[in-house]
Amino acid sequence: MTELTPLLALGDLFPRGILPYAVGGLLVGLGATIIYLSTGIIAGASTFLESTLSYVSDVDRFNRFKYVQSRDWRLVFTAGIVSGAAIWGLVLDPGIWTTEVQWWRLLGGGFLVGVGTRLGKGCTSGHGVCGVGSLSNTSLVNVATFMAFAIGTAQVVMALGVSP
Amino acid sequence: MSSAERSPLFLPAIYVGGLVFGLGLAISGMARPEVVLDFLQFQDFGLLFVMGGAAVVTGITFFVATTFLGRAPITGDEYKRRVKSFDRNVVIGGSIFGVGWGLSGICPGAAYASLGIGNYPILWAIAGMFLGAYAQGYWRSARSADATEQEADHATSQD
Repeated sequence: MTELTPLLALGDLFPRGILPYAVGGLLVGLGATIIYLSTGIIAGASTFLESTLSYVSDVDRFNRFKYVQSRDWRLVFTAGIVSGAAIWGLVLDPGIWTTEVQWWRLLGGGFLVGVGTRLGKGCTSGHGVCGVGSLSNTSLVNVATFMAFAIGTAQVVMALGVSP
Repeated sequence: MSSAERSPLFLPAIYVGGLVFGLGLAISGMARPEVVLDFLQFQDFGLLFVMGGAAVVTGITFFVATTFLGRAPITGDEYKRRVKSFDRNVVIGGSIFGVGWGLSGICPGAAYASLGIGNYPILWAIAGMFLGAYAQGYWRSARSADATEQEADHATSQD
């Protein structure tokens, strides 16, 4: 797929081409569309964390009605995400692939992602895709904020020579 | 909507939507922390097409559904736009999320998809996300119990 792309000078900005990104993005939007048109639900991926915690925790926050009544379909949504990616990884293209990024970056970054998406009411899919698609001001502010902090953090990490 | 009233098509529709969503995350490279980090370090701008392409599709969908269509066939729910209230937590949470995303290169949906392509080290990130979500929930529950304040969060949208 990647061979099809680089458009002249754009090759520097898009070393892996454009097509996989665009096709992937359209499918992400299509997945959200399938759920929305059939059920009216605007789905984000991060509420799964809180709603699933309601199965095992009696902390009030996780046992609010909106989490408990949605926790089963959020599990199904997440299972769908895992299996959709598995279809690509195991059947269509790259085979098993594992990251080189160090475990402490994944764990520490994941922790902050867990805190931040829940405090900020959404993540890359909820705010970034569905919220921006809705032209929600709340989501636009959230996306601008997390993009700025993510770029800053990644640049600092790179400058410190942490790799991968 | 209680689960007793649900159409038998409800969970299959969610599953199929999730499947296409995850397939897209895998094809786009977002499920790979290295690709996301390359984007954040200005070495590969492809991710703009992922978020941009996805937001264009959902934008068209939301516009058409709320303007021309009535109710969702499976649930009978009215098509509505995403309405999330704004408060300072949106900015504080977005900042914390941004630092985490920039450190790890992974966000929730992409992490689940990453697991699907066999990337088992991503379990570190997923464990971190659950710990983080638990920590903030525990902290906020404890705080609101102290102040005996009512939950101010009446958001009805589904993220």
